[in-house]
Amino acid sequence: MSSSLAIQRENIRKLFPDTFKQARKSRLRGQIIFFLVLVYLIVGFFTLDVVDIPKKWKPQNAAMFVLDTYAHKDHVTMKWENHEDIKIAFEGNYRSVYGRDNLDKSIPDWFYKNSDNVGNVVEFNNKGKAILYKDKVEIVNFPKYERDFTIKLNSNGKPYLVGSEDLVIEDLKGFRITENRVEFRPTLYERIQVYPKKVEIHRYSIGWKYFWFDFSSPLEPYTFFEALGLTFSNERVVPEMSNLKLFFTEIKDNDAFMHGRVWWAMLETIVMAVLGTMFATVMALPLSFLAAYNVTPIKTLRFMLRRLFDTLRGIDFLIWSLIFLRAFGPGPFTGIFAIGFTDTGTLGKLYSEAIENTEKKQQEGVVSTGANKFLQHRFGIIPQILPIFVSQSLYYLESNTRGAVIIGAMGAGGIGLQFLGALATGNDFENVAYMAILVLAVVIFMDRLSAWLRRILIGSDQLIVR
Amino acid sequence: MTKALPANLEQIEVNLKKLTNQRTRSSLLGIAILILIFFGGTLVSLEANAGSFGRGIANFFNYPRDLFVDTFEMGWKYWPRVIKYIPELIITLNIALFSTSIGFILAIIFAIFSSRNLIRNKRVIQFTKFLMDVTRSFPTLIIAMVFLYLMGKSSLPAVIAITIHTAGALGKLFTEAIENCDGKPIEGLSSVGATWTQKIRFSVLPQVLPLFLSYGILRLEINVRESTILGFVGAGGIGEMLAALIQWNYGADVLACMFLLVGTIIALDYLSAYWRHKLIGANQ
Repeated sequence: MSSSLAIQRENIRKLFPDTFKQARKSRLRGQIIFFLVLVYLIVGFFTLDVVDIPKKWKPQNAAMFVLDTYAHKDHVTMKWENHEDIKIAFEGNYRSVYGRDNLDKSIPDWFYKNSDNVGNVVEFNNKGKAILYKDKVEIVNFPKYERDFTIKLNSNGKPYLVGSEDLVIEDLKGFRITENRVEFRPTLYERIQVYPKKVEIHRYSIGWKYFWFDFSSPLEPYTFFEALGLTFSNERVVPEMSNLKLFFTEIKDNDAFMHGRVWWAMLETIVMAVLGTMFATVMALPLSFLAAYNVTPIKTLRFMLRRLFDTLRGIDFLIWSLIFLRAFGPGPFTGIFAIGFTDTGTLGKLYSEAIENTEKKQQEGVVSTGANKFLQHRFGIIPQILPIFVSQSLYYLESNTRGAVIIGAMGAGGIGLQFLGALATGNDFENVAYMAILVLAVVIFMDRLSAWLRRILIGSDQLIVR
Repeated sequence: MTKALPANLEQIEVNLKKLTNQRTRSSLLGIAILILIFFGGTLVSLEANAGSFGRGIANFFNYPRDLFVDTFEMGWKYWPRVIKYIPELIITLNIALFSTSIGFILAIIFAIFSSRNLIRNKRVIQFTKFLMDVTRSFPTLIIAMVFLYLMGKSSLPAVIAITIHTAGALGKLFTEAIENCDGKPIEGLSSVGATWTQKIRFSVLPQVLPLFLSYGILRLEINVRESTILGFVGAGGIGEMLAALIQWNYGADVLACMFLLVGTIIALDYLSAYWRHKLIGANQ
């Protein structure tokens, strides 16, 4: 069977030698291209330092970053010189200290007096405890640890782990001991650091605390829905204003997540994208008619407009935004004009191509009625290209939303700049995550919105090219 | 038949009028909404903008003029400067080309796993589509900034960010291309007992490869712009150089970089149009 197949194959090969030669040639070309691409990828691998990824990628940093995006922490600080003065602060912020007189903020229930009535206990979420004494810190009850530990200060005032000489490395897992510091971090969620001057404990919990109402807000004791329910009651939480007003001002002026500022910035970004796209559409519409050969007979004008479109498009919106940033200063106008100018080029080119691709027959029909030039275009061309125009503009609206975020980061303001600011502080990663999610949501929303509008306006959510 | 027409005609007229009215009403509504958006947006912009609109318009030509004046003062000494920045441009192009290539390969994998005519399992398709949606929707800048923060200054964050975005964006287009391809070659191969990989290799790939390459070239053009922008926030290449030059106010050098960039982008624009024309024929 197989041998007869082979003979048949040979026969076919002999019958059509040219076809097979061609096939071998094109296969060889494909192989050469494949080989070249492979060589380039290897070159790129080394020139772009992709090999350095393991060296540059610090898992510890990344883990901390990710941890901070979804968790919050409370700092407990005790100074050795005054062991009764223990400060508990949210995220270590001096403005968010628990139990401070003027704030009527009760001490959280995971901090309490030990049963011996001497030490103070910090209980972690995994039931492990750190007990603070006048002269030592005891670490007890940690899961996966067979024994308890004690950290003391030696005669030189340096911290040390009691009995650490007798312990094997296995037992010391989670400890990091240097001359001036003993750190115990069994998992990412618990961290105990002992310094010559003080003890600092970080206690992590999952979730965005104070997302709606910040630490010092009068509405903080309530959850979001409780507070929403309060807006319907007549009893005022604070005497100065009604509950409804309080509800919104407290959310808006949230210190931690800055909803007011973030949402305003988001609005700026959306305005940049929407008005920029509108500007481009309005500019490109008449210009594209002038650049289409079936409308404009003047060749020089068409040529010049075509080159204008190329230039507007070629000067990337990056460069446009730099120029406009100098003129208008930071703000949405910069973004609107940068997007508008770039897209006038893009849309102008696409529109004029669409006009040139219209059916002649409709226009001829209008001509036959004796209509003038304007009416010919109005009834012969516009009905054909309107869906394409709408489709293209809406399609660009979505990508311009992303562009507006970028222009914002360049200095034009909006959510892009807020994002850079939050990232630059180096510890507000929950804000970074919040804004990233917000941007993602808005971009996806714009995508869906433009698809929906395309569907109801022109009956198809696919991009029409011609 | 002919006698019944007059009565019908009236009805037709009424219907036509109704339709026209409806059309006019929805057009007016649309225009009203657009005007509302325009004025609302303008109000927001006026509120948020640091400088005033009028002064901005008046100052518009100042900066370009300064740049050109700076350049003309230098005379013939200018051209060596332009050449000096070509290595930076090559770094930017390298970032774009490399990440487009890797993203292209990832996008093919994404597309295969999210095409209804290749994969039966609905869960896999949904998951891949979701993955592509997310990777596509994040602005590259945001991914790049996070990786820049985590890895320090280098070109790598830009490569990672552009690769991720490209994989999602191309993946969506590739999926459409695969789903729209002719099913008959696949059936033919099934009839001779080809395996799944053979079917993809010999029936799907030949159909979609020209389209894939065309989309890839278009993406490359976009990615050159992206990598310039990412350079601006610290990923190296001509973008970073441009940012520094603007800060130092070296007008002539700024213009040199801008010339290089604009020249490259316009050249790429023409090249990509030419290549795509060759790949998929005149009007597709």
